[in-house]
Amino acid sequence: MRKVGQSVARVDAFDKAAGRTKYYEDRMPANALYVRIKHAEKAHAFVKSIDTSAASAIDGVVKVLTCFDVPDIPFPTAGHPWSMDPGHQDVADRLLLNRHVRYFGDDIAVVIAENEVAANQGVRALQVEYEELPFVLDVQKAMEEGAPQLHERFPGNVLKHTDLRRGNYAEAIKEPGLIKVEKWYDTPTVQHCHIENFGCFAYEENGRIVVVTSTQIPHIVRRVVGQALGRPWGDIEIIKPYIGGGFGNKQDVLYEPLCAWCSTQVGGRCVRVDCSREETFVSNRVRHAIRFHITTWLRKEGTIAARKVECYSNQGAYASHGHSIAAKCMGSFGQHYPCDHLELDSWTVFTNRPAAGAMRGYGMPQASFADESNIEDCAAALGMDPYKFRMMNVMPKDFHDAFSGNTNYFDSFRLCLEKGAAYIDYERKKKEFAGDTGPVRRGIGMATFWYNTAVYPISLETSSNRMLLNLDGTVTFQCGETEIGQGADTAYAQMVAEAVGLSSYKDVRVKSCQDTDITPTGLGAYASRQTYVAGFAIRQTADLLRGKILASAAARKELTAEDLDVVDSCVVLKSDGSPVITLSELAMTAQYDPVHSEHITAESTYTIRSNAYSFGCTFAEVEVDIPMCKVKIVNMVNVHDCGSLINPALAAAQVHGGMSMAIGFGLSEQLLFDEKTGKPLNNNLLDYKLSTFMDHPHLEAQFIENPEPTSPFGTKALGEPPTCSGAPALRNAIYNATGVAIDRNPINPHVLYEEFSRAGLIRDAWKEET
Amino acid sequence: MYDIKAIYEAESVEDAVELRLAHPEAQIIAGGSDVLVQIREGRRAGKELISIYGIDAMRGVSIDEEDNLRIGSLTSFSHITNNPLVKKICPVLGEAVDQIGSPQIRNIGTIGGNTCNGVTSADSASTLHAWEAIIELTGKNGIRRLPIKDFYIKAGTVDIRAEEGEIQTAVLIPKESYENTFGHYIKYGLRNAMEIATLGCSVNVRLSPDKRVIERCRIAYGVAGPVPMRAPSAEAVANGQAPTMALAEAFSLAVLEDINPRDSWRAAKAFRQHIAVEMAKRALIESVKRAGGEIA
Repeated sequence: MRKVGQSVARVDAFDKAAGRTKYYEDRMPANALYVRIKHAEKAHAFVKSIDTSAASAIDGVVKVLTCFDVPDIPFPTAGHPWSMDPGHQDVADRLLLNRHVRYFGDDIAVVIAENEVAANQGVRALQVEYEELPFVLDVQKAMEEGAPQLHERFPGNVLKHTDLRRGNYAEAIKEPGLIKVEKWYDTPTVQHCHIENFGCFAYEENGRIVVVTSTQIPHIVRRVVGQALGRPWGDIEIIKPYIGGGFGNKQDVLYEPLCAWCSTQVGGRCVRVDCSREETFVSNRVRHAIRFHITTWLRKEGTIAARKVECYSNQGAYASHGHSIAAKCMGSFGQHYPCDHLELDSWTVFTNRPAAGAMRGYGMPQASFADESNIEDCAAALGMDPYKFRMMNVMPKDFHDAFSGNTNYFDSFRLCLEKGAAYIDYERKKKEFAGDTGPVRRGIGMATFWYNTAVYPISLETSSNRMLLNLDGTVTFQCGETEIGQGADTAYAQMVAEAVGLSSYKDVRVKSCQDTDITPTGLGAYASRQTYVAGFAIRQTADLLRGKILASAAARKELTAEDLDVVDSCVVLKSDGSPVITLSELAMTAQYDPVHSEHITAESTYTIRSNAYSFGCTFAEVEVDIPMCKVKIVNMVNVHDCGSLINPALAAAQVHGGMSMAIGFGLSEQLLFDEKTGKPLNNNLLDYKLSTFMDHPHLEAQFIENPEPTSPFGTKALGEPPTCSGAPALRNAIYNATGVAIDRNPINPHVLYEEFSRAGLIRDAWKEET
Repeated sequence: MYDIKAIYEAESVEDAVELRLAHPEAQIIAGGSDVLVQIREGRRAGKELISIYGIDAMRGVSIDEEDNLRIGSLTSFSHITNNPLVKKICPVLGEAVDQIGSPQIRNIGTIGGNTCNGVTSADSASTLHAWEAIIELTGKNGIRRLPIKDFYIKAGTVDIRAEEGEIQTAVLIPKESYENTFGHYIKYGLRNAMEIATLGCSVNVRLSPDKRVIERCRIAYGVAGPVPMRAPSAEAVANGQAPTMALAEAFSLAVLEDINPRDSWRAAKAFRQHIAVEMAKRALIESVKRAGGEIA
């Protein structure tokens, strides 16, 4: 039986269910000191002084360090592969602690104490004197002349502007009879809300620094800690244990450099940084709020003549992943609904908000909300059915993108749309719901997306791994693409078992914990790359291991390696399948051979020079209670073509989680800031409305398995894609139900009240009187 | 690790009163689902605590000798929801407190804590106001009872006299209040669980024997003002009237004369007013149905 394509239990399921899995806090050495961070209470200011005397006097406080104590070494934080080309390196704009406060919550000092209470008391006792500066929160206001400036190196606050031109937009729009649909769309600042807040601890050992951290990217963290502390990268050892989710927040270097530096300031003692939920919301990373201005020119028969899109991406205070998100967001438009004449522009702009970084979907949930809202509005302008309009215009079969090398081999968009429409019973329900005229109205909506699997050709794509044949015939496997809760270790076990020829995925011992001193270098968990990228290296290393196994078996059994194969953990004759030697016998014989002792291992690196389109759609059915300004999601389905599934049950779980995130993005989640002070208002899980089980309908996950031709295992992206199309599908369903097109998310009751009032669906007589 | 100066555990009501007199600055802690959160935030950091959580005499639901429904202040929300007497006499209270937080919070949180906290958004508070509950306080001079509307002084402040060693020992609903009375509570939140009310509305009615007249209607809100409040103008509109759709409309509009919701980043005043009217209407209609009446 094939080992891939099976819904086997996760390799870590038992320990996780039993509470045995060890996260960073479970590995904490005794007597670790607590580092607690003083966050600025101004949105934009210079720290003039910090009086530490009261804090230092508190019993248990070991040391107080401020922004006046840190080395003057700016460092970047993005979890991107290093580039040897200085022009492509991430912006280095952070210090360990900052005198120039750029957002409400910026890090300005730390208190190191024997216990948590003393550390917190110390932070509260710090007296800070600020020189206040004007601040700006809005992305377009930050671009205006005279706006407060955040970084000297970036006058005008624009981190980067890129564009993309196709055909001749200015000429194309002169075509007679075109219909123009021009609108603005706005997406919010949201946060990842992984269960485990970020945390880490650090200590010195034999002159080197060890950091155990809740990260997605241990090898990149090693590089950045080295950069930030001005130490050779080999001086740093990063250990990544199991983590409680990351969703991209931990694809950034967070407080590892600060933690490592604090350890060096207290004689190498172990120090710990544990972010609270409130800190996680503000002082880690958030998703970019992106504002869109879209103008689409339509022909009456339902084709798109030309399109102009402007994306304004709110970067917040520090560059982090920077323009990569807006660029990816912008790039999606030209391929999603291709047309001959395009003008695309994107700006990434600093503001006095928390720094935006990577978050599941990396610009695509924003793009999808704007694009799929606009496409819906286009269909409405034409009086066409939105399903039919999409079928006419969405990326055609055989579409090829020269830059990424991606091809739409199977017409996946239309296959996904057909399957989704069939599940939700689109045609019948659309007709039935059209008759709703009461206070509660039903509606149905859809949205599509495409997604790049990996980061080629923008960045390096490489994966390394190591396979060791154990004496019992099992295989130990190590790689740098991390398990972050998504189930990567289980997929690797299945792929290794398949590629080597083991009898079960349980015969693969995946070393989940990465240690940069030991684990082959990999880039970590990001994009939607792990299964795709690791697959190339797994096949290559498995071939090497099999070669060694067969050579060893052939030598010991006086046979020819070419005649042998490994099947179900046994070396067999290819000709008739008869057993030659089991892997355990072979491993023992080879290891304990008194003359030619041999430990059978293999290790290799594969550089991937391809990428793959992943496709999908969402259909949502809603009930809108107009007077109560409430939306109930009745039914929701995602259909994905992510290639061949390695583990269908885990794939469905990915989809469920992504749909949940999309529901929050669509209807409830938004980080709010006080306009007068820049202070975050709702950085806690009570006031930040993460959606709950009680807000979810049954989440249906369906797949179309067109094997990806470039992948050894036929796979492509599924990690991020499920978050992309849910929000616009909900928006379009609400539009279908009520006739009100809402161009900003989250579409929460406050927004519905305003929009329904404006549309005349709600009339508060007493308001008109006043 | 919590920043707590000291904790004293009371073993009985008398013990609690004595501890209170001995440590007047100390904070009372019951289930801890509010107090511990506040300590963690730094708001009550470094304080002394008096825990009353171990006083079993303050737990449970009964009918006392005066026929009051008596709910011990330490009774948890989940026990209230599932209590047969509550289900029979005042099921709406059980339904209201079943909308608090999460199952874990409802297992630890108590009705005494919910009311002593003094916040307008407490899910039990609007229903207790609408049912004219009596708060029982025990101190060095014995028992003091007062109507719940007098118990709430202002946002975050209730009438418990530390100098007299008082603690809240029970919440009572008099027979005259619950007899032949049926109610409905609507919590308006932005999500369906783990939520603080944007607005809470509790309505109850007593119908005439032939079900054609609303003999008594009571309505109370949470988050419509700094403390939970009744809407007497709306009640006056409904009392003695036949339950019709027109009445429900007039009743619901009348609440605007009574309520005074805030404009805040959590919700705009106009939005709160709008849903207050809609909720009043829906809660009245449902209450009438539960009382066996029909809306004409």
